[in-house]
Amino acid sequence: MKKLIFAAFVALLSWAGAQEQGGSMVVTYKDDIATLDPAIGYDWQNWSIIKSMFDGLMDYEPGTTKLVPHLAESYSVSEDGKTYTFKLRSGVKFHNGREMTADDVKYSLERTLNPDTRSPGQGFFLVISGAQDFIDGNAGEVSGIKVLDAATVEITLDAPDASFLHRMAINFSYIVPKEAIEQFGEDFGRNPVGTGAFMLKDWQLGQQLTIERFPDYFETGLPYLDEISFQVGVEPTVALLRLQRGEVDILGDGIPPAQFVDIFNDEANQELIAYGPQLQTGYLTMNVTLAPFDNVKVRQAVNMAINKDRIVRIINGRATPANQVLPPLMPGYDDSYSGYAYDVEGAKALLAEAGFADGFATILYANNTDPNPRIAQSIQQDLAAIGISAELRTQAQSTVIEAGGTEGDEGAPMIWSGGMAWIADYPDPNNFYWPILGCAGAVPGGWNWAWYCNEDLEAKAAEADAMVQTDQEEARLALWKNIYGQIMADAPWVPIFNETRYTMHSARLGGDNNIFIDPIHIPVNYDHVFIK
Amino acid sequence: MFLRYIVSRLLQTALVILGVVTISFFITNLVPADPARLIAGRLATAETVENIRSQLGLDRPLVEQYWRYLQRLFQGDLGRSYQQRTEVKTLLLSRLPATLQLSLGAIVFELLIGIPLGILAALEFGKFWDKAIMVLAFIGVSAPQFALGLILLYLFAYLWNMFPLGGYGSIHHLILPALTLGISGAGWYARMMRSSLLDVMNADYVRTGVAKGLGRSKVIFKHALRNAVLPVIAMIGLDIGLLMGGVVVVESVFAWPGIGQLAWQAIQIVDIPIIMGTVLLTAGFIVLGNLLADLLYPLADPRLRYG
Repeated sequence: MKKLIFAAFVALLSWAGAQEQGGSMVVTYKDDIATLDPAIGYDWQNWSIIKSMFDGLMDYEPGTTKLVPHLAESYSVSEDGKTYTFKLRSGVKFHNGREMTADDVKYSLERTLNPDTRSPGQGFFLVISGAQDFIDGNAGEVSGIKVLDAATVEITLDAPDASFLHRMAINFSYIVPKEAIEQFGEDFGRNPVGTGAFMLKDWQLGQQLTIERFPDYFETGLPYLDEISFQVGVEPTVALLRLQRGEVDILGDGIPPAQFVDIFNDEANQELIAYGPQLQTGYLTMNVTLAPFDNVKVRQAVNMAINKDRIVRIINGRATPANQVLPPLMPGYDDSYSGYAYDVEGAKALLAEAGFADGFATILYANNTDPNPRIAQSIQQDLAAIGISAELRTQAQSTVIEAGGTEGDEGAPMIWSGGMAWIADYPDPNNFYWPILGCAGAVPGGWNWAWYCNEDLEAKAAEADAMVQTDQEEARLALWKNIYGQIMADAPWVPIFNETRYTMHSARLGGDNNIFIDPIHIPVNYDHVFIK
Repeated sequence: MFLRYIVSRLLQTALVILGVVTISFFITNLVPADPARLIAGRLATAETVENIRSQLGLDRPLVEQYWRYLQRLFQGDLGRSYQQRTEVKTLLLSRLPATLQLSLGAIVFELLIGIPLGILAALEFGKFWDKAIMVLAFIGVSAPQFALGLILLYLFAYLWNMFPLGGYGSIHHLILPALTLGISGAGWYARMMRSSLLDVMNADYVRTGVAKGLGRSKVIFKHALRNAVLPVIAMIGLDIGLLMGGVVVVESVFAWPGIGQLAWQAIQIVDIPIIMGTVLLTAGFIVLGNLLADLLYPLADPRLRYG
């Protein structure tokens, strides 16, 4: 009898602790879901869906930026920080029923590196030994990825890289089964097979994608929902109306700007709106190779001239003004740094000191989708106030990107990054350095639109990334703070704001606030949403 | 005679399409944006970008790329989307039914609203109804479809719950988007029908008929209308082209999974194979529409048989 009571008690406890499984929800997006191939998908719609259908060796605690082993049961790092040994979880199955092994890990990473895959994530794994030889066709495999046994993979790097575990949590590293790739070829993105919490149920191109619970998912109790339907092509304004009528559960594109103030101020909606910071910074670049932005005083003057509060007001307060490169959520963000204060007179004085008392003429590029032209106009007015007359060129995203990567006088003197803005790929400070502020990005076709290249900082960045042991974490972050402090002194950018993400969901959905604004599962962590 | 006419018109059609393909191929490829860079991502080395460019054939001289595109086109191969990796043919075919349905629905509304209003305006020429209808037609023609669509959605779907809030599938879903597209077209048809009927009503044979005591309404409905409707029929063919342009906006308001949506998204990311595919398809429809109009016209008016 005692035993029975105890058992009942345990059952009750576990029932109270766990969310109930079941139910389904509808999510809307304006744009189509281009592909569900984890080696290829890299946009707002598919990023999080891929995370729910595939897994990587590493992942994050839901709703946070805390790295945890995922398909790997455990891992170890060698003393020199160059060799990672991952012990795989046993009994993990693909949606096709086959068990995942270490061979699949090697195959998947090599597939992302393979030039024929044309993966936008290839660059994340060039640090693996032998990757370049493999890409160049000099080797049939990547020598740095070794399968020690069916459950153990050893990855060797050319140089220590403290962000490597983050790279093993990014979509491009997710594990795919070889047989499915061989079966579907280029159409694998329409016929995804992974190990994730959800698997494909039905896909009507351009209309609706439905995914359903994978019954053999290795994390017991997850996902909560039986089914999720993603309806695409839905205008955000219409999606909002449908949510208010109970036909939609999550606005994938967020609350439309035109309705934002009304919705947000309505008491009735408070429970339904989730918001929080993102790993994002919107910035203005100044091309340091072009006069007069080759003069640091000019760049500092521009930093003092921009009224960031007004820009935040332009977007209905859906952001906070930024004073440095990293967003507050990112490790390495410097709380004690206050940046350049808004000071028009000071800016004018500095500009005069640099020899431009009468100002100068320049060109400001911006993306032509709302609200970016309005933000660019605001910047233009601020520049005019200190005598800089900036011609506005608002163009399609691809055209601005092209101008940013063009060297010399044909290139872009200034670019407002909005609409092409940097949302971090992973929560590590080096992600804001190497591609957009490092020397490697300051090349024709690169993404360092300020063309800023500081050899001194380059060495420091490499030094920071070599600090891979847990006990070096603090020193590493201090070094990154120092690096970004020096970048701000050199002022190749004006950091403008850090966006806040606002999502609205139906009343029947439950889940922690952070699940709806997960900094990693952008925009929503579908595995952890449940029906109340 | 008729056969020869058709063959020569089809040849002309093929030439026009070739012209469209040529012009749009060069325009899309001259846009200052590099699809390879957009595919390669932010961490890609110059070498990777170069490699992608060569895989896609973008490193070859433009004329050679053009020639290869044509060669494939003649084999029915429209290529694969740069971003989605799916065959463009598959993407177009998956979206074609929705666009056709919407265009046909719009034509029905255009005729259903436009022709009766046009007739009424002509009969009431210069009086209140004529003026009222012409003002309405003007509003219909100039109303932005995006706003009109949202207003209709808000009223009929959200407030009064008569139709679904966007989406695709049933005749129920079709009515509001087709009506949105149809309203602007209806304005044109009303004006067209009115002026055409007025012309005919002033023609000698109508006046003769009336003078002979046939009765005004009998003359108009038995004789004048038939002639007045001719130019309107010809317009349906031309309209198909106009509609293909208008669907982009309406499809996006109503979450209608058609060609317009596909084109719009492809343009954002310079997905050239999709852009070319949608241009080709749209051009094909416009040209065929014109051809249809030319062929239909003589059926309604025997004087225009091919000489």
